[in-house]
Amino acid sequence: MPHTKELENFVTQVRRDILRQVHKVNSGHPGGSLGCAEFFTALYQEVMDYKSDFNMNGIDEDLFFLSNGHISPVFYSVLARSGFFPVEELNTFRLINSRLQGHPTTHEGLPGIRIASGSLGQGLSVAIGAAEAKKLNKDSHLVYTLHGDGELQEGQNWEAIMYAAGNKIDNLISTVDVNGQQIDGATDQVLPMGNIKAKFEAFGWDVLEVKEGNDISKVIEGLNEAKSRTGKGKPVCILMTTVMGHGVDFMMHTHKWHGVAPNDEQLENALAQNPETLGDY
Amino acid sequence: MKKYTNTGNKDTRSGFGAGLTELGKNNENVVALCADLTGSLKMDDFKKNHPERFFQIGIAEANMIGIAAGMTIGGKIPFTGTFANFSTGRVYDQIRQSVAYSGKNVKICASHAGVTLGEDGATHQILEDIGLMKMLPGMTVINTCDYNQTKAATLAIAEFEGPVYLRFGRPKVANFTPEDGKFEIGKAVNLTEGTDVTIIATGHLVWEALQAAEQLNEKGISAEVINIHTIKPLDEDAILASVKKTGCVVTAEEHNFLGGLGESVSRTLVENFPAPQEFVATKDTFGESGTPEQLMEKYGLNAEAIVTASEKVLKRK
Repeated sequence: MPHTKELENFVTQVRRDILRQVHKVNSGHPGGSLGCAEFFTALYQEVMDYKSDFNMNGIDEDLFFLSNGHISPVFYSVLARSGFFPVEELNTFRLINSRLQGHPTTHEGLPGIRIASGSLGQGLSVAIGAAEAKKLNKDSHLVYTLHGDGELQEGQNWEAIMYAAGNKIDNLISTVDVNGQQIDGATDQVLPMGNIKAKFEAFGWDVLEVKEGNDISKVIEGLNEAKSRTGKGKPVCILMTTVMGHGVDFMMHTHKWHGVAPNDEQLENALAQNPETLGDY
Repeated sequence: MKKYTNTGNKDTRSGFGAGLTELGKNNENVVALCADLTGSLKMDDFKKNHPERFFQIGIAEANMIGIAAGMTIGGKIPFTGTFANFSTGRVYDQIRQSVAYSGKNVKICASHAGVTLGEDGATHQILEDIGLMKMLPGMTVINTCDYNQTKAATLAIAEFEGPVYLRFGRPKVANFTPEDGKFEIGKAVNLTEGTDVTIIATGHLVWEALQAAEQLNEKGISAEVINIHTIKPLDEDAILASVKKTGCVVTAEEHNFLGGLGESVSRTLVENFPAPQEFVATKDTFGESGTPEQLMEKYGLNAEAIVTASEKVLKRK
């Protein structure tokens, strides 16, 4: 991959954006956002085929749905830096009268967002609907989703997982961010979910694993492999192992930064670990 | 007094089915989704004629609402079908986040509303759905009165951009509105002119209101009957114009008096023209098993109940 360095720089800047967004308003969800910086960068900078002019219907382009909407800081940063809206608008995250609501919404007309999410477990159903619409429209583009591993505790997911396999929704690539953490602690402590891979496979999905979800090359490799498995009668699932809080040493390997913003001193420390690459907003 | 003729009892859900069949022929963007109640919702014709546009979701209503929301992305106009209970309370958050807040063009079509679902009992009846749906910002709420009107409403909501809750029922009831009549969302229909009392009814209670008006007429009481098929947005002008003339009102609905049409009318009156009002509605209770007629009588949802309420409200003028 010739421009891995460029992508790594992009990821580092995204991490800075995440930290600065949540610090400014002393709220938001840095942990999961930091862990998914590589995934969003891979998707929007390398893998997805989308149009620069945002159109809600998204015909003849790839679509992405974020189901675990609380990691909005990473979504907003990558959308802005991919040209959907001005990067300066990241300054308005979670402020009154902003298009950058705490959880993503279509309600304020922010380009790049096609569904509200935040109340967990609904994104896969929506993505299946969009994938069905693509089939009806004879549109060969793909639908991507991202879900938290803890989010799989919501029962609606399993209705959707069953439907997608039963109806051969094979233009869909769903990624689960397996970071093993949720608000109250480790997923294994809160509600052990057993073997997620075996569960998806038992429902009839084609499952692949990306063990190094914080290595941009591996994430791109995984997404491209997933793409090659579409159109074969099965929905495709990527189980992507990430570290919550990745890129900031004191935020890693714990659920404690799931929904807590750094203070001034912590921000300085965190930003020093992620030097400016593309220019702060 | 203007009289209406029942051209033969028919179920409102069949009006929905007929409308959907017509949409299948005339609007290629219309898709239909059902959660294992295709026969009950009268969606068989659409399914047979347009299998590629019919989606059997299985017993998974939350997934159905989400898939419908997603289908609008791509320009489809999804009509979801299941019982009113499973169309609303069971999936309130899915409707709230993925449909209403997201502003998606989904038509939530709900049969077997109210107690007239009958023998299945309270687990399957719902008397709270109008309240649940009307509280959602941006949601249009429609409750049709007969076969013809339900068919017309089904066609009309396909042309309307935005989320809609369309409520109808199971039993065969009088069919009295014009065949192929135009359905205007948000526009009340004045059925009889009167001077003593305004009767504002929705759904199955509209025919009962007309029967009540005839009985009142025989007693020398002139009743003005208004069919409110659209509870939200509410035709406040029509309501106020009538109540300013009659000075009192009876509202009639197959729904809890908390959160239903009656409360919407009350708010309108209190803000603009306070007037005495009586509520023909269920009084904060669940339903039970029984025939539709037995239940309508037991829960005070028929012409007799409207007559009694009218006589009571007249005394409060």
